[in-house]
Amino acid sequence: MNETNAAVQNLYSDAYDWTNQCVKCGYCLPACPTYESMGVESASPRGRINLVKMAAEGKIDFQKDLSEPIDLCLGCRACETACPVGVPYGHILEAAKEAIENSAPTNQKTKMTKIKKLALVHLFPYPKRMNRIGSAVFLYQKTGLSKLIRTSNVLHKVSPALGHLEQALPAIESSSKRIRTGTIIPAKGETKLRVAFFAGCIMDSMMSRINRLTIELLTLVGCEVILPENQNCCGALHSHQGETIQAQALAKRNILAFMEADADVIVNNAGGCGASLLEYGHLLADDHEWAGTAREFSKKSKDISQILYQLGPLPYTEEWQGIVSYQDSCHLRNVQKVQKEPRLLLQSIPGISYVEMEGFDRCCASGGIYNLLHFDESMKILDEKMKNLKETKATTVVTVNPGCQMQMSIGIQREGATNQMKSMHLVEILAKACGLD
Amino acid sequence: MEKEALHDLSQVIPGDRMFLDLAERYCYSYDASFGEFLPEVVIQPKNAEEISEVVKLANIHKIPVYPRGSGTSLSGGPLPVKGGMVLDMTLLRDKLIIDRENMLAIVSPGVITANIHKKAEEAGLFYPPDPSSSNVATIGGNLLENSSGPKGLKYGTTKEYVIGLEVVTPTGEIIRTGGKTVKNVTGYDLTRLIVGSEGTLGIVTEAIIRLIPKPQAKQTFVAHFNHLIDSGHAITSILSSGILPSALELMDNACIRAVESYRPSGLPLQAEAILIIEIDGHPLAIEEEIIKCADLCRAKGASYVKIAETEEERQTIWSARKLVSPAITQMGPTKISEDATVPRSQIPAMMERLNRIREKYGLNLVVFGHAGDGNLHPNIITDKRNITEMKKVELAVSEIFEAAIELGGTLSGEHGIGTLKSPYMEMELGITGVNMMKKIKEAWDPNNILNPGKIFPDKGQTRVVLVT
Ligand SMILES: Cc1cc2nc3c(=O)[nH]c(=O)nc-3n(C[C@H](O)[C@H](O)[C@H](O)COP(=O)(O)OP(=O)(O)OC[C@H]3O[C@@H](n4cnc5c(N)ncnc54)[C@H](O)[C@@H]3O)c2cc1C
Ligand code: SF4
Ligand code: SF4
Repeated sequence: MNETNAAVQNLYSDAYDWTNQCVKCGYCLPACPTYESMGVESASPRGRINLVKMAAEGKIDFQKDLSEPIDLCLGCRACETACPVGVPYGHILEAAKEAIENSAPTNQKTKMTKIKKLALVHLFPYPKRMNRIGSAVFLYQKTGLSKLIRTSNVLHKVSPALGHLEQALPAIESSSKRIRTGTIIPAKGETKLRVAFFAGCIMDSMMSRINRLTIELLTLVGCEVILPENQNCCGALHSHQGETIQAQALAKRNILAFMEADADVIVNNAGGCGASLLEYGHLLADDHEWAGTAREFSKKSKDISQILYQLGPLPYTEEWQGIVSYQDSCHLRNVQKVQKEPRLLLQSIPGISYVEMEGFDRCCASGGIYNLLHFDESMKILDEKMKNLKETKATTVVTVNPGCQMQMSIGIQREGATNQMKSMHLVEILAKACGLD
Repeated sequence: MEKEALHDLSQVIPGDRMFLDLAERYCYSYDASFGEFLPEVVIQPKNAEEISEVVKLANIHKIPVYPRGSGTSLSGGPLPVKGGMVLDMTLLRDKLIIDRENMLAIVSPGVITANIHKKAEEAGLFYPPDPSSSNVATIGGNLLENSSGPKGLKYGTTKEYVIGLEVVTPTGEIIRTGGKTVKNVTGYDLTRLIVGSEGTLGIVTEAIIRLIPKPQAKQTFVAHFNHLIDSGHAITSILSSGILPSALELMDNACIRAVESYRPSGLPLQAEAILIIEIDGHPLAIEEEIIKCADLCRAKGASYVKIAETEEERQTIWSARKLVSPAITQMGPTKISEDATVPRSQIPAMMERLNRIREKYGLNLVVFGHAGDGNLHPNIITDKRNITEMKKVELAVSEIFEAAIELGGTLSGEHGIGTLKSPYMEMELGITGVNMMKKIKEAWDPNNILNPGKIFPDKGQTRVVLVT
């Protein structure tokens, strides 16, 4: 059997029944940001589900017909929350991506763009390499090289996507401040909960400051924090790109690392990673040896906002000036179904004025690395978002995912509003209000 | 499609709004009903002039044209059953003007109906037709299907609100019908003819719709009945009491059970029917009317009556009704949703007939709907891969239509005829009646370009074919 036939067979057994649950009512259309920005049915959830169905029936070609519509999906999964019959779109999407990846004739696999390949295969899975990148970026920012590059605009000329991203990178802390894995940090005061912290790959290397502050906040509310050794990337980007086998391998390493730590909860501070941890149970459902533990692991996984809210109120020491708005992380909102905790936490900061923006629940189009792969489409959606954000008159926009945070920074730059507005991670603003830095 | 035709079309429509690739064509091959028909080309026009050009070319090259809104039709309305081109109307959405003084809205056909509701309300006005698909469906689709929902009982259907249209005719001319006046008796009423014509007589490119003042307040109550027949009597006694509710909805026992097993919300499993009744108007008037209606329900044997005292309680009552559709789709992958409608007085009789059909064929048949206007939704839940059962479904569907017509009703209260009910047209209208309609179609559309294969049955077609 050639690769295409095998892929059709696999997709049929993996996803066909799910696609058949769709009654084509279209209730998901208004929820979908790509349908709104592109205006064609193939960029809608209903259209994509039908195309997967057609592919599983062998009526269309994976590479020629299916791959682009699927590729243009943000994976924000807002469609799932709108669907009255509960079609599991996320699963359909992943099955489709895997099938597309596997159906590519071997000599054509280079189709995977260079960035994707580099990041997914050689970077994210290796914490040490990620750290080295983090250190390199630190050096780069400290030495003034970044200033030079910014003023010369050279990156923009090479690739607008990379140029924007470079400018959106947060200031990175020196590696000496980074908390090492394997450490156990005691609670301040009474120990209420034993939590294991999932550091994440990007969060750990590029945003180690947010990780450090997360840990400090956790200890402040009475958590003993364990940083299990041998943890690694959650695998979200890999499953989103159809690299299921690699995602499964990463998941297993994490499960081993965390189950050993034997904590009450597994906490993370990145919406996308959290969603992926929550779905380990599904990712490994067919693996008899791992399915049970994976489910247990997923059950223990929580977002930082849930824990801080549960154990709060936080011991605030500072007042906050100005208007704050909150951009939901799609995976936190739509997959983990956490939406009230971050808002309640923000509203609990003394002095804050919190304003909800229109379309807060709509994806900012960062979508993993979507903004790199589909720069123009991503910016169209982002620019819509910025219009809504400006209406709130907010001076700070808060997010709970590194990708979203950088995307919002890009949005602020595009608006030329860097002097009036900044984007912060929820943890940063809470830490600031608690007098941590 | 011939190369020449495509070439001509590409002179009118730029490449980024004209799709020939398989993926995009498959994306316009379905609606929310049955069947999959692959169009040869999909076009997204932006204005009436482009459409006019396209339709003229279609007449020259004899290519069928299928207008399409959001594709939520439950009767196959936008399906390209004879190939040709699908005209996706959703990009025509730039106009939504609320004219407060004249109490009108002027809208492009691709505007989503819920946006009209919202804008009208912001101006203190009200556009009553509210199909449950209103967050998704376009006003164009609503107009051409003459859609309505629970409010049809008091406020009528879409056609009651459309007073003027801009239309591209099947031969490609641009005409206007009606206008901005509520009264208009100049010549034939083409507006009404086009509304509900399911895209067979013209392509609507702009509509003027009438708005009314927003009712000041509303109140809602729910009543449980141990006997279905009692609920029927309650409906008729409310309607003959001089009170006109803004909604009067019914769920049968099978629906109640489906909702309870989907999302338990404390519905009475033993009840044979639930009625949800809403009254709107002046706060003082509805206060009195709601109590009277509740009393009438008790008098006819309701086992439980609850008037909502807060908005939250009101939402809880309605949520049971809104859960019906998702709940019943959990019972099987294929849902055949009918909308046979009978005169109000015949609701109990129709329910009885539906009961018999359910037993005769042993099918999973549930009934809910807008009981106040006799618009029932018998739904059969099945699996289209089960061929033997599907054959039974075909027979049951035919019997449902027969029952409705024998009781003085109609094939469709709101979903339209499309492909699914065309075989039964003669049953309701008689040969001559159908022929009169066909003559209109032939006069307007000599080349049978616009939405062919809809409303009128193909030769020899006598009943719906769900599986082949
Ligand atoms: C879950 C669900 C609930 C529903 N609830 C209701 C309900 O409560 N009440 C109700 O009445 N219906 C209901 N419907 C049916 C459907 O939503 C309506 O018929 C709706 O009006 C279709 O609008 P659309 O934009 O999707 O049009 P489409 O389905 O795309 O098209 C409908 C018809 O209109 C024609 N058409 C569309 N636009 C134009 C145009 N500009 N010019 C000429 N012809 C045009 C098409 O050719 C087709 O014949 C429901 C459907 C679903 C899926
Ligand atoms: S995941 Fe997001 S972008 Fe993709 S189809 Fe669903 S709503 Fe649209
Ligand atoms: S809302 Fe659900 S059932 Fe309806 S079209 Fe979208 S995915 Fe399909």
